[in-house]
Amino acid sequence: MSTATVPEPTAPTADGEDRLNLRGAILPRFVPFAVAAGSVVVALLIYLLTPVDSEIQIVLMAALIFVVAMTAVSTSIEGSRRARDRFATTLVYGAFLLAVIPLVAVLASVIGKGAARLSPSFLTHSMNGIGARDSGGGIYHAIIGTVEQVLIASAIAVPFGLLVAIYLVEYGRGRISRTISFFVDVLTGLPSIIAGLFVLAFWILALGQGFSGFAGSLALVVLMIPTVVRSAEEMLKLVPNELREAGYALGVPKWRTILRVVVPTALPGIVTGVMLAVARVSGETAPVLLTVFGTNLINANPFSGEQSSLPLYIYSQAGQPQQFAIDRAWAAALVLIIIIMVLNLVARLFAGRSRLK
Amino acid sequence: MTTEPDSSAQSAEQRGAASATVPPTDGPDGDPTRGSTTGGPAPEPAALAPPPAAPAGKATIGKADVAFKNLTRAAGLGLLALIVAIALFLVLRATHALGQNDGNFLTTQEWFPNQDPPKFGVAALLFGTIVTAAIAMVIAVPVAVGIALFITVYAPRRLASPLGYIVDLLAAVPSVVYGLWGLLVLAPHMKGIQLWLSDYFGWIPLFRADSVGRSFFVAGVVLAIMILPIVAALSREVFLQVPTAHREAALALGATRWEMIRTAVLPYGKPGVISASMLGLGRAMGETIAVALVLPASFKISWNWLEPAGNTIAANVANGWGEANDIGRGALIASGLVLFIVTMIVNIIARAIVARRRDFSGSSA
Repeated sequence: MSTATVPEPTAPTADGEDRLNLRGAILPRFVPFAVAAGSVVVALLIYLLTPVDSEIQIVLMAALIFVVAMTAVSTSIEGSRRARDRFATTLVYGAFLLAVIPLVAVLASVIGKGAARLSPSFLTHSMNGIGARDSGGGIYHAIIGTVEQVLIASAIAVPFGLLVAIYLVEYGRGRISRTISFFVDVLTGLPSIIAGLFVLAFWILALGQGFSGFAGSLALVVLMIPTVVRSAEEMLKLVPNELREAGYALGVPKWRTILRVVVPTALPGIVTGVMLAVARVSGETAPVLLTVFGTNLINANPFSGEQSSLPLYIYSQAGQPQQFAIDRAWAAALVLIIIIMVLNLVARLFAGRSRLK
Repeated sequence: MTTEPDSSAQSAEQRGAASATVPPTDGPDGDPTRGSTTGGPAPEPAALAPPPAAPAGKATIGKADVAFKNLTRAAGLGLLALIVAIALFLVLRATHALGQNDGNFLTTQEWFPNQDPPKFGVAALLFGTIVTAAIAMVIAVPVAVGIALFITVYAPRRLASPLGYIVDLLAAVPSVVYGLWGLLVLAPHMKGIQLWLSDYFGWIPLFRADSVGRSFFVAGVVLAIMILPIVAALSREVFLQVPTAHREAALALGATRWEMIRTAVLPYGKPGVISASMLGLGRAMGETIAVALVLPASFKISWNWLEPAGNTIAANVANGWGEANDIGRGALIASGLVLFIVTMIVNIIARAIVARRRDFSGSSA
């Protein structure tokens, strides 16, 4: 296309030949909307005249007609270059709409089906004594499990990750630092089930500890660390060097400069990263499945005995054939999504307060 | 990175010595050191604990600095130890079960670790992992690039950031919810599309199907939705870093918007998009619960991707774990080790592509 981007000064001259369409006709702005409306009408007509199965097919057909019609109109009036441009525009808009569809569909399903089952007693009762065909039961034990496991995991992973980030940004040089940075990337890509298998192999099988909420926390720690390190590292890098130098110039030792000046400056961003990490591990099922085991009873002690957790609860209920269990899964999914969205929103608020951009 | 020339105790001492020459009246605000500025020992300005004498004070500063540096370095090395431990314990646990294995672990399709003698292999699982991830990539990458282009080039500037946030929300939905949705909502709705594909494209072996249902194709679509936000977010970062001069130069030469994208944006962003896709591929291969809920868990290499069949490594760990005995757990860990190695290779390739162009680091730093 490089030739097309070189304008020929002689092209739009008296003979009217304007191959590059520099002065050519351009469709009025309303034309795409008109063509869109027309294609929807045609698609609906086809739907009425012929036996088409589903609504999805009407939408697809309307989209197809729009693309063809728009390209034809544009080619005939504006020329092939602009037609191609319009075609690309349609595709790009279509891609975005395509991405919004699953988001809306997932949220609509979860809210619609979850809200029907959600009730105060669902939040305050466990599954103790609820048989497979019973309609009752709740997620109290699962909420306790999730909160405890995620809090313990954060208590371990956040200080650890912050220290690693401080090392990488403030001290790290040379091969060790590069190696650590590389393996943070490797950990970022670690499938969550591997973290669960690791804790299973290490903590439960090799060390002989039982299934417990704490074992689940250990698996979540493995998943949290890289996220915390990366976000804290990015924020620490954004702290202006002038602040560090001001600290040094006042004779403040480096470690105090880091803890009293650099980290507080970066804190809102670090909190954002931590909240996003917490939101991510709150929804992790696979590592918890292998380490926490799941139970129907309330177990508030994360250090001994099986616990449950919200994602695990959803997974186990979704695998059962009874409609009651599936309703419970949807309601629990709604609670989980609300928790995660709130965490995300709070993280956004903290990000908005950050002075480092 | 700090421009501070040197780290550790030595520089701290230098700084201490330098600050000793600064007149104590320098501090404008209420300093905790103000009371002790009556001469005598060299004062340490700023909030330095309670050091009585200068030389001793310097020594403690040095020790604290060294200690803090060592603490952070220990954390960094701890992270390396963690990776080593992951690999080590997976290998340790896997070897026992592999020693008992009656079949070839890499080529056997069955998975009977609980029978005597145990016979299990990862072939069908690895096949399913690759197929579902590949389907997800084929669907997700073009759409993700489209989203990234929409947000960086097409969307009104004021809307770009909120729209990006909407796509990020897709990433916040936990995988178990995608699994639930994929199993109960998407799979029934995909029946029509799958029937249509098998009716009209059944002459292609991949689309031939005697019956359609919870197939590789459905699992691939669910995975595509899940990796879409990751690939889109990373591609967006890369496209945002295309120099404005390149874009404006293309437009100034008379390029349409699409020609500008083709000549300026895409060539610049290509390595970043490839790397983002590889990261998405790693994520798709490691995804567990959504696939475990959607796929019917059969151990067979099936080339008919619309038929309800198939399993992946990760999903098999989640499904098969409940009834696994000691050998069974070892076998699952061995399959996890294969997944670990494969995803690590994919991720390392992705990082290598990024590292070749240090212009972008995947974030806005």
